[in-house]
Amino acid sequence: MATNLNKASPLLQLQQLSIAPKKMPTRLLVNNVSLTIEVGKTTCVVGESGSGKSLTALSIMGLLSQQLQLTAGKVLFNDGQSGEQDLTKLDEANLRKIRGAKIAMIFQEPMTSLNPVLTIGYQIGESLTTHLGVKGDQLKAKIASLLEMVGIPAGRANNYPDELSGGQRQRVMIAMSIACEPRLLIADEPTTALDVTVQAQILKLLDELKTRMNMGMLFITHDFGVVADIADYVAVMFRGEIVESGTKMQVLNKPQHPYTQALLACVPDAEGKKPLKPIDYAWLPENQQILQTSAQNLKTAA
Amino acid sequence: MTTPILQANNLVKTYTQRSGKFGFGTSLVKALDDVSISLTEGKTLAVVGESGSGKSTLARCLLQLQPLDSGEVLFAGQDLAKLDGAALRVVRKNLQMVFQDPFASLNPRMRVGEIVGEGLLIHGLGSGAEQQRKVIAMLNRVGLTEADMQKYPHEFSGGQRQRVGIARALVLQPKVVVCDEPVSALDVSIQAQILLLLKELQAEMALSYLFISHDLRVVRHIADDIVVMHQGKIVEYGAVVDIYQQPQHEYTRNLLAAMPGKYMALVGN
Repeated sequence: MATNLNKASPLLQLQQLSIAPKKMPTRLLVNNVSLTIEVGKTTCVVGESGSGKSLTALSIMGLLSQQLQLTAGKVLFNDGQSGEQDLTKLDEANLRKIRGAKIAMIFQEPMTSLNPVLTIGYQIGESLTTHLGVKGDQLKAKIASLLEMVGIPAGRANNYPDELSGGQRQRVMIAMSIACEPRLLIADEPTTALDVTVQAQILKLLDELKTRMNMGMLFITHDFGVVADIADYVAVMFRGEIVESGTKMQVLNKPQHPYTQALLACVPDAEGKKPLKPIDYAWLPENQQILQTSAQNLKTAA
Repeated sequence: MTTPILQANNLVKTYTQRSGKFGFGTSLVKALDDVSISLTEGKTLAVVGESGSGKSTLARCLLQLQPLDSGEVLFAGQDLAKLDGAALRVVRKNLQMVFQDPFASLNPRMRVGEIVGEGLLIHGLGSGAEQQRKVIAMLNRVGLTEADMQKYPHEFSGGQRQRVGIARALVLQPKVVVCDEPVSALDVSIQAQILLLLKELQAEMALSYLFISHDLRVVRHIADDIVVMHQGKIVEYGAVVDIYQQPQHEYTRNLLAAMPGKYMALVGN
């Protein structure tokens, strides 16, 4: 496992994290996951639906549903001011101080994650008031500058979410999340619901903001094309475990694990040279056994 | 000489949109603005463009699921826009659709067997036993089993549901299938399976596809010809190879430039 320990203490470290349903503590949905996110870098978590990538992201800020629990592991967060903290040990009140202020999250569906009865300006300003106590004209000015930063005219602060397009709504979500200048941004498939052209714009925006504000970013996706565009480090998840991790060049150009290879092989390429291939699970231990027995059966039959 | 199986000439469709204060004013949006396409038998024509470019409206208007303002849709020499309800229902047997969202397009209260068999029932094709046999054969063909007939849609994964959607469309042995973003809601790993299935079925059943997508990587693999739409107009129309190599229109170049992972090294093969 290629973890990067060259800096004194990274922004976020997940150590041997495991998540299971409360009713079935032995059935691990996330199994022994370790990840490192550095300041100013993007770590991508790639995997299919159900591989546990969203659960991993949710567990960082203690947002797991009531039916699930962390069975093991630490979430070490170092914001550079108050030293290293284990977020799993914090109570709800202390977690709330971190959520939105130091760690922010962007969700997949910009349509469902905005409140339809509040103006976008109000929703962007909410965390500023809560965490930093910004009010009045100062708040208005800050909201205007945030909107400009994500490429929406400041005059639209009084619009409601339904008056914006999907891409604009995702920009609003981004403005909300960076309002308090968090140290870590968690983006859970932020462009999956968007058009390709809009997706390219949003990826560019996120990358610029990350550099300008020197944030660390945890980016969850199932699309290797997106990974190639945005990642510094990549972790590949399969059935709740990280099967491979390393720098983007390592994982994309020299994938070691058969699952990574299989997943990369089924991404359609832009030139159409590569034949389409369904995902290949022949490498799995249970399938290996089946292959062996069928080979033996053939032998005995012959 | 290749004959077009489905041809659309000068389609126009306008929507009225409420605007102004309290939505008292109205403004017109041209969803289709003088659109003409032709689908060759046994080929795949892809329609690409961003949301709001009119690609789904085009699909719906072709199948007469929405009335046109003007223009004609020719299927096997008949103008679909002029047919009445009963005549249209007969023709529709040959025109089927696979929808984008496998979670929303299957009735949650019907069993998969009923969903797939409904078309046969409506068109009164064969006896009950024959219909049953056809449904089973179709389910097997798309990779599901006979036991799946008794299950409800919620018991399946996204990829399996899309297989049900495909079985439902193909059980009537249509000539033309309109696929409206059939893989955009699926994982990359499942995407390839469904695309390959669609390709195989096309070869077996001599289907012609109208394939709507915004993912140019997918289109590159499945389409023969491609139509690029922007704000209700066709901005470019031609063979896939030509358009990918020498896009003429500014908008097409933008779309191609927005493809994620263009510079990704080819690996894993």
